[in-house]
Amino acid sequence: MKALRYSLILISALFYSTFCLAQNSTEVATEQATGMRADGKIYVVIAIVLTILFILIAYLAIVDRKISRLEKENK
Amino acid sequence: MLLRQTWWKIICIVLLTYTMIAGFLVSVPTIGNLNETIRNLYFHVPMWFTQIVLISFSLLYSLLYLRKNNADHDIYAVEFAKAGIIFGAMGLITGAIWAKYTWGAPWSNDPKQIGAAIAQLIYLAYFVLRNSITDIDKRGRISAVYNIFAYCIYIPMIMILPRLVDSLHPGGKGVKGNPGLNGADLDPAMRVVFWPAVIGWILLGLWISTVYIRIKLVEEKKLSVA
Repeated sequence: MKALRYSLILISALFYSTFCLAQNSTEVATEQATGMRADGKIYVVIAIVLTILFILIAYLAIVDRKISRLEKENK
Repeated sequence: MLLRQTWWKIICIVLLTYTMIAGFLVSVPTIGNLNETIRNLYFHVPMWFTQIVLISFSLLYSLLYLRKNNADHDIYAVEFAKAGIIFGAMGLITGAIWAKYTWGAPWSNDPKQIGAAIAQLIYLAYFVLRNSITDIDKRGRISAVYNIFAYCIYIPMIMILPRLVDSLHPGGKGVKGNPGLNGADLDPAMRVVFWPAVIGWILLGLWISTVYIRIKLVEEKKLSVA
């Protein structure tokens, strides 16, 4: 159950990043984003920052849930 | 009680996600030599907002502890201050990186830099003081009193003194109003990211501190049962 949850989070994070990169390439091709934000590959930075944010948040949420379980056991 | 509820954590995730996307994509005004680094407003400045909120909670619980003598309030005060100092450290480090590329040096002895650094040292002394007292009641009371003092030094150090003298930071001598809070000064496009960013980061700080508080409360309970 626990392993399942961990792997789900990891897989969703992976999917998420490929989605962002895919979007990046189409954006450049259709020239929807202009100037520095497309040519400067800023979408790559966003994808990386979001990946880090989501994994850190997931980690915090897991710790949060672990404490909730401990609190229940202690009652 | 809010401590264990989920809804505000979801708001935190949504706001931070929005910050990370919009923060890089919205167009920003060109001011001086800031160029794209003006986007640091969404990351560096909220660190300080978060520290102020966290240490304000710490102060509140120190006052409650002195009034009610409830050991739990002491735990709240310490853990909020601990999380606060982490955000302060991040504020100093991110500020130094930003300063390196816009002011020319990571540390230019800017009044706000010095004030912020001293404020952090005063809060570090709070932990040194706490950990040097073995008697639990005495530790709680003395550190709560010191915490009130630390807060009363922190606010002038970071908000008042730097504005009385010339500063590289916005809002030095001769500038009217509060540059951080004066809505008219901030570009409208930046405002729609800045305030959600501030709230998101504050909620993250609260989330981290409540997790630590709950760990300590469980530990304490175990000790009192054993």
